[in-house]
Amino acid sequence: MSNGYHIVVCGSLVPDPLQTLEPVTTPDGPGLKNESMLPSVLDPWAAHALYEAAHLAKSVPGSKVWLVSLGPKAKLQQLMMAVAQKASFEFVAVDGSASGFTDSFETAQALAKAIESIAGLDRQRLLLFGGCSSASRDAGTTVGMVGALLGIEEQFLAVDEIVPNDDGSFRVKERIEGAQYLVSECAGAPAVLAWATGNLPEPPNNPQVGMANMRTILPALAKAQAAGNLRGSLRFESVETPTQRRETRVVKDAGIDEIAQELAEWIRG
Amino acid sequence: MTDSNPGSAKPTLKTLPGDDVRQILWRYADRYDLQMVVQSARSVARGLVARLVAEGARHSHEWTPDKQRLLDAMDEAGITAVAIDPEHGGYIPGPKNLALALVAFELSWVDAGAATASLAGNLALAPIHERGTPEQVAKYMGGAVPAAPGEDRRTLRGAFALTEPIPYVGVDTNTMAGRVRVAEWKEGEEPMLHVDKRGRFITNAAFANFVCAAVASDDPRIKGSCMIILEDTDEGVWDPGSPTLKLVHQLSATNDPIYSLKVPASRIIGGYTVQDGVIVPNYSHAEVIEAVFRRTRVTVGLMTAAKLLSAVEPVIRYHRQRFRGGGQLQPGSPRYELGIQQREDALHRLVDVWATGEAAASLGFYTARLFDEFDPLEREKDRLFAERGIKGARAQLKAFAAVKDAALEFIRLEHMPADKRDTARYEELLNDTLVQFVVKDALSQVFCPATKLWNTGVGANMMREAVSLMGGYGITEDCPGFLGQKWMDAQLEATYEGPEAVQRRQLTVTMVNDLFLAQFRHWIRQMRQIAARKPGTGACTLATAMELWLWTIEHLQKAKDANGDTLYHGQRQGVAFPMADALSWLLASRQQILDVLELEEKGKDNPVLADGFEGTVGFLTDLCHVMAARASGEVGRIAAELVYGYLRHPSWDGDCDSCFRASELEAVASVVPGFDSSPLEVIQDDSSHADKAGPCVRFPGMERFRELRLKLDGCLTGARLAKDRAAAALTEVMIPEALDYPR
Repeated sequence: MSNGYHIVVCGSLVPDPLQTLEPVTTPDGPGLKNESMLPSVLDPWAAHALYEAAHLAKSVPGSKVWLVSLGPKAKLQQLMMAVAQKASFEFVAVDGSASGFTDSFETAQALAKAIESIAGLDRQRLLLFGGCSSASRDAGTTVGMVGALLGIEEQFLAVDEIVPNDDGSFRVKERIEGAQYLVSECAGAPAVLAWATGNLPEPPNNPQVGMANMRTILPALAKAQAAGNLRGSLRFESVETPTQRRETRVVKDAGIDEIAQELAEWIRG
Repeated sequence: MTDSNPGSAKPTLKTLPGDDVRQILWRYADRYDLQMVVQSARSVARGLVARLVAEGARHSHEWTPDKQRLLDAMDEAGITAVAIDPEHGGYIPGPKNLALALVAFELSWVDAGAATASLAGNLALAPIHERGTPEQVAKYMGGAVPAAPGEDRRTLRGAFALTEPIPYVGVDTNTMAGRVRVAEWKEGEEPMLHVDKRGRFITNAAFANFVCAAVASDDPRIKGSCMIILEDTDEGVWDPGSPTLKLVHQLSATNDPIYSLKVPASRIIGGYTVQDGVIVPNYSHAEVIEAVFRRTRVTVGLMTAAKLLSAVEPVIRYHRQRFRGGGQLQPGSPRYELGIQQREDALHRLVDVWATGEAAASLGFYTARLFDEFDPLEREKDRLFAERGIKGARAQLKAFAAVKDAALEFIRLEHMPADKRDTARYEELLNDTLVQFVVKDALSQVFCPATKLWNTGVGANMMREAVSLMGGYGITEDCPGFLGQKWMDAQLEATYEGPEAVQRRQLTVTMVNDLFLAQFRHWIRQMRQIAARKPGTGACTLATAMELWLWTIEHLQKAKDANGDTLYHGQRQGVAFPMADALSWLLASRQQILDVLELEEKGKDNPVLADGFEGTVGFLTDLCHVMAARASGEVGRIAAELVYGYLRHPSWDGDCDSCFRASELEAVASVVPGFDSSPLEVIQDDSSHADKAGPCVRFPGMERFRELRLKLDGCLTGARLAKDRAAAALTEVMIPEALDYPR
């Protein structure tokens, strides 16, 4: 492909999943206890999308990555201290709630508006990336709606792999039921790819990459537009924690077999 | 009378302080490069480092392939290059003391051995960075930057070889067994030297490919001592030696190496000149070491601070969950929800651990920042001295003495209100490099040893307290947060890079420097002013304790003991060393208060902190008060022991000038009715007396000391209320469901 892709990744912050997440009622509706004070991470599904975007941009010359994040800008700034070290991108910030109690459509509208205003973005070369799900809002609809609002018809959900071809077309592997993949050939951008976990490990932090990214991050935060009301007409009747108490344990680098074995033993009781 | 610590319900701590809070407290909220370094170091610490510890990598003394992965991870995450200047491939411009301190803190949050591995590499580079020739700096600093993908070179990894096998063990010794002599010196060519050096406890020696070794001349053609760079490719013996069988910091490689190598004289750090056929190193090994350790000791102090703060979350979780899972307790019951937190003792002890951790971090990070300010001044001073031809310690001391009065004047002006001082004169002194150098030097010479001494010494004791709070669990390898290992590690931190006695010796000299004491006097007033605005900080208590310390140090320098011997001098460590300890308590407590005030000032504008800000500041303020009370108690105890302890106790002998004979008392009472009912020391006519060692001591000339002691006791008012509030906050603070690193 001669000019490369313009990859826009939609992704924002969620409370660190290790934190105690307790729903409470706030004057603005449901929220999480001490939500603004909880440390945040980049939504894991969006994070996979970002790593895949960076990888794709490296393998297709001329490509460029933007990260569009909708969240409280002060918290976004803190988040960027870690995220900016993972991959090279240009940052676009939208100041608004990143709570799980917002409406997907309103959120999608705010994101679409931000993407439309990106200077230099070639919509014909646009690959819109995001998570197929979210750690805070599991509707799984936002990226698709952003794509629809931008008029992108080619949409792939629960993507685990993209293989670009020289002519700009690419092959996509989507997760489907029964641990199967649907493999599609797409003629090229524009397209929406809502990522599952992908195949790439989390890149190590690299402060040098981060400091290079900060050149766009700080101005982007300074000029972040307010997203406005993201709840729309959405009303929550009630919010409660699952009856099953969480028993959290941190295990890193466990193999698939090991995890499957443990799950099977747990199910057997 | 109003209560400065009202007990009414106030917002309390909602969550554990996060990065937003820490960045303000430790003054790097506007340093994005440092924030990124923190995140980067954290990912290594709570990722690979934690996994290695959890998998038992600490069980071996050898440098294993698993441990080697640490170096790769630190290279990859940019940690290795933090110490390098951008012109040599690094990415952080300017002084890097705070950056390195933050890295050490983050790594030590999980395992200080990993931090030591990182620190030792920097320690090896430090002599070159501080005193190396431009060529040496370019070669070794540049070579230490990890090779980029596709770059065909090996990364230089260094070790710092000073300590030797007994009898010359210790970093402050001027005597060394390591030797250098001329091996070959051809006319018109650079001399080749032969270096023999046996090291002991040398970190990184297992994998280092260059070493900065301290050696003394063994040849009349070489003057004095020097530090010299050895490489593993040099001709001769390069034996990394056997691993040290240490019980701590096992993620760092510590060996007893043997080097017998032929190297060019250009490897002498800082270069040399040839005078009358003799090689004269530009810097002795002591001069290089002094420049190095005064910086790197600070990071060691922060390692222990990190341990203490890292213990808070696991202890709270353990206490709360202690009685769950038995099937008899129902969620919602106090015993289920609070567990051991129902007991005041457990809460109070954890408050002590937390307060100590906060104070240690405040002290350490302040000192790191101080060196960031000091570094450029030192370089400018060196440039000026070179320009003026001022060489050697004596000439430098003379130059410093010449600006002492001006420095004292600057300190006085600095602490005056801006509208009341002579602005022109102030600006003039502010821009005078030598004045600024001696003012900052006086501080750094106190704060560096104080950080190393207090953070590690008191920190190690307090770490034992943290371990005890976990019960038997604390001394198992399963203990969340690796608290048992951290306790033992803390003891090494109190020892390496200059044990506690070395720090106390340095403080013995530097804490009585007029330039330091002049600044200290202003700090007392500063604490009083803070106390007027923020009485809950304990600043009032601390100010009185500082006054007491100041009175005591001034008294001790003049006073003699009951035998007529001088009390305060370098060899009388029973006097000077406790005063050094006392001062360190004060400095730690003061920095903690100043940091919380900074948070209160700067944090109020941070929207992320808005929710819960008052509670966070209130809690940290209470910790300040707890620490101020504890520091004051230490100072009071030490001062009283020293001021009174060297006086001979009065006895019931004929020379007693404060006793009355019973008959004398009766005679006076006949003239002054009621006199005999006064509480006087009386010896009966049969020479019997009250059952005690002697008459109560009198305090001629010590009225001020008595006043201050009495005042100090009263100033403790509210301290325990603060502790109660902090303890209550521990029962309410929200913690994560699990530690963010494995165990």
